[in-house]
Formats: sequence, C-alpha cells, structure tokens
Amino acid sequence: MEIFSIKNAKKSFENNLEVLQDISISVSKGEVAAIIGPSGSGKSTLLRCATLLETMDSGELIYSGEKAAWNNEEGKTVYASPEKLRQIKSKFGLVFQNFNLFPHYSVLKNITDAPISIQKRKKEEVMQEAQVLLEKMGLSDKAYAYPFQLSGGQQQRVSIARALAMNPDILFFDEPTSALDPELTGEILRVIRSLAAEHMTMVIVTHEIEFARNVADRIIFIAGGVIVEEGNAESLISDPQNDRTKAFLNRLQR
Amino acid sequence: MSISVMLSKLGEGMITSVLIFTLTLLFSLPLGLIVALARMSKNIILRNFTRIYISIMRGTPLMLQLLVVYFGPYYLFGISISSGYRFWAVILAFSINYAAYFAEIYRGGIESMPLGQYEAARVLGYSESQTFMKIILPQVIKRIIPAITNEVITLIKDTSLAFSIAVTEMFTVAKAIASSEKTMVSYVAAGIFYYVFNFVVAVVMESIEKKLDYYR
Repeated sequence: MEIFSIKNAKKSFENNLEVLQDISISVSKGEVAAIIGPSGSGKSTLLRCATLLETMDSGELIYSGEKAAWNNEEGKTVYASPEKLRQIKSKFGLVFQNFNLFPHYSVLKNITDAPISIQKRKKEEVMQEAQVLLEKMGLSDKAYAYPFQLSGGQQQRVSIARALAMNPDILFFDEPTSALDPELTGEILRVIRSLAAEHMTMVIVTHEIEFARNVADRIIFIAGGVIVEEGNAESLISDPQNDRTKAFLNRLQR
Repeated sequence: MSISVMLSKLGEGMITSVLIFTLTLLFSLPLGLIVALARMSKNIILRNFTRIYISIMRGTPLMLQLLVVYFGPYYLFGISISSGYRFWAVILAFSINYAAYFAEIYRGGIESMPLGQYEAARVLGYSESQTFMKIILPQVIKRIIPAITNEVITLIKDTSLAFSIAVTEMFTVAKAIASSEKTMVSYVAAGIFYYVFNFVVAVVMESIEKKLDYYR
C-alpha cells in the first residue's frame, strides 16, 4: 500500500534557481527510503515540499490515497483546503535537523500538547502513550526536564517521540544527526534502526551513507534537482551505475 | 500646614498617579501587541499607517500629545470639554503613546523568534493563532521583559506629566503645596514616593523575570 507519493515535483526560488526539476518518489507501507546527495541538490527542499512547509510550483502530493496537492489544467500545483490539509498533516511527522523543540514546554508537554490540543485525543491515553514513547527513547527520567537541560542527542530523541506521538503513517527525517556531535549520532541512528525494525514507514535525508545502507530498503540519490539514481540500498552503495553517484560516493569515502 | 495634612493631600495625588499608571498599562500592553501585529502585517496600507503612527508617537513629546488629546476635541471639532474628560484624556494619551513603544518591543521579540519554532508547530498541525498564542507569545514575553521593565519605570515618572492639564496627581499636589507653603518638604516627599514606587515595580518585574527562568 502506498503511504506517500510526490509526483513530478517542480520548484524554483525567486532567483530562478530550479531546485526541484521533476522529481517523483513513492513510498509504500513499512518501507524505509534514504535520500542522499550533495548539499544544494534539493533534498531538503523535497522534504519541505512533502511536509507542506514549502509549496511546489507544479506536481502532486498524495498521502494514503488522499490528495494534498494536484495540478490544475495549466500544470500548476493546487493545494487542498486548509481543513483538508490539517487532516492530512496528522498522517506524517517530521524530525528536524535542529530538533525545534518548544523550550518553554517540558519534555512531556512537548510530546503531548499537540495530540491533546490539536488532535483532541483523550489526555489519559496520550499521557500513557507518551510514557511508553519516553521509555522507548530511554528518557523515562526526563519527562519533566526542559529541553535546555538535555544533550543534543536527548533533544533529538524527544523530537522523534514528539513526532511519533501523533501516530503518523510516515515519518520524515531531515538530516537528523547533522547538528549533533559525532559521539551522539549513534544513539539517534539506533533509535531510527529500532523504528525500522518495527516497520515504521520512513524517509530519511542523511549524510550517513553506511547508516543508509544498513537501515534503508531503498536509496535515492539526488543531484541538481533530479533523481540521478535509485535502487536497493546495498547495491546502490556497493555498485553504483551512474557516474555522478560514483563520484559522490567516492568523495564521501575518501 | 502640618505634615500630616500635607501627606494626606499628597496621598490623594498618589492614588491618582497609581491609577494613571495602572490604567495606562492595562490598555497599552494589549494595544501594543495589536499595533505590533499591524506593523508586521502583510497589508501594506495597514503596515505603513502603523509605521507613521509609531513614528509620530515616538517623535513628539508626550506632553504635547497630552495637550492635543485634551484640547483637540474643542479646537478641532468644537466639542465642549467636561472636567471629567481631564483624567481620561491622560489615560488616552498615555495609552496610545506607550502602545507605540510597547509595539516596537513586541515586534523585536517576535522577529527574534527562530523560524524553526513556527515550522515545528506547523508540522504538528497548530493553526496560526494557536502557534502564536501557545508557542510564540510565551517565549516572546520572556525575551522582552527587561525592555518592558524599562518602559514601565519611565511610565511611573511620566505620570507627573498629567500636571500639564491640571490633573491632580502626585506632582501637581506637591507643586501646589510647595508654592502655597513656601517649602521643599512636599517635593522631597514626592521624590521619595516616586522612588519607592519605582523600587516596588522593579522588584515585581524582577520576580516575573525569575519566574520565567525555568527554561532557556
């Protein structure tokens, strides 16, 4: 079953730079897709378009069969009503590079506020789920701490718990380890790996090639706003076909 | 005039001063937020209108504004001024003046908020108003408290400007006593009053600041 798809996404910024030139990706239930590529390749923009933080100029966006955006007759993107988009927003979660936790909320409130006040779910139920999530993230003792009291790795784990508390069908990660000290990346990668083992559907933009190879089912290599190569994670890394993919992987391994 | 009579007269003026202070804050703090939002609006007319308003409020003396608000209705529109209007003219002039200053403080605070806070809220499905009320504003308040304290302290001293349209606040009373009794004592008493008032306000503001210290 297709959980997420973006079709023929095109996006340029005011300076006429075409960041996305006709990109299509679809992800099925339980699949883990990693997006790799040089900086400025458009992978972050793609993720921002997918999560409705950025609008596409042209292209379609579909979550579990529900259209968030489609093309009109002139081939320009039209978005669904705000009401509909709000509904669709609860189908996905996004983990930011810089965590973006709410500093004035405790860890517990960061996780539970949106499910309670936005999704209008029962408080007791949400609280219970939050405890389970915190335990899973190894943060049971931090429920009442504030973000500034946590290490970067702990903050990122809270932000993953915050995204999971919304019960999304799919989770997007925007370079989840890039803002962390090298010794802290391991704990985040472990969390993502355990989510993959539970068949959480995920799309991960990352620079951690070895991690992508281990955890992803599929790797998508993007450069210059197009998908240069995509395929089975293991084979794309060990046996890339395209010259640009080879050059990129070579640069990383050096 | 005995000291006790003098003090009781000053006390009446003091009540007026405190009333001017309290009512001005009550009106100008929320009004300032509305002005700040208008100042940052996407609507260019609204934005420029607010910009001009703030510029005039900051660019002319408060005493002049007070006189315009008080005498304006008569000279501009021929409306006769009742004596009850005197006090409310002070509140009106002070409120629109302080709202302009507060607006710029709010704006600075709001614009200093990282974009990531808005984006995180948006992805979690918060509406624009929920994002502002629950996520942005509480953090903005913490950031702007020191600047607000400055203005609030200035306001205490500015209440003495009500003297210019003969509202019998503290300073007006002190001056009247000084000239009729040929004494400096009333000025000293007034000075002590302003200082103590300021001191109390500073302590209160500091405790609010401390209260918000639970996060960074």
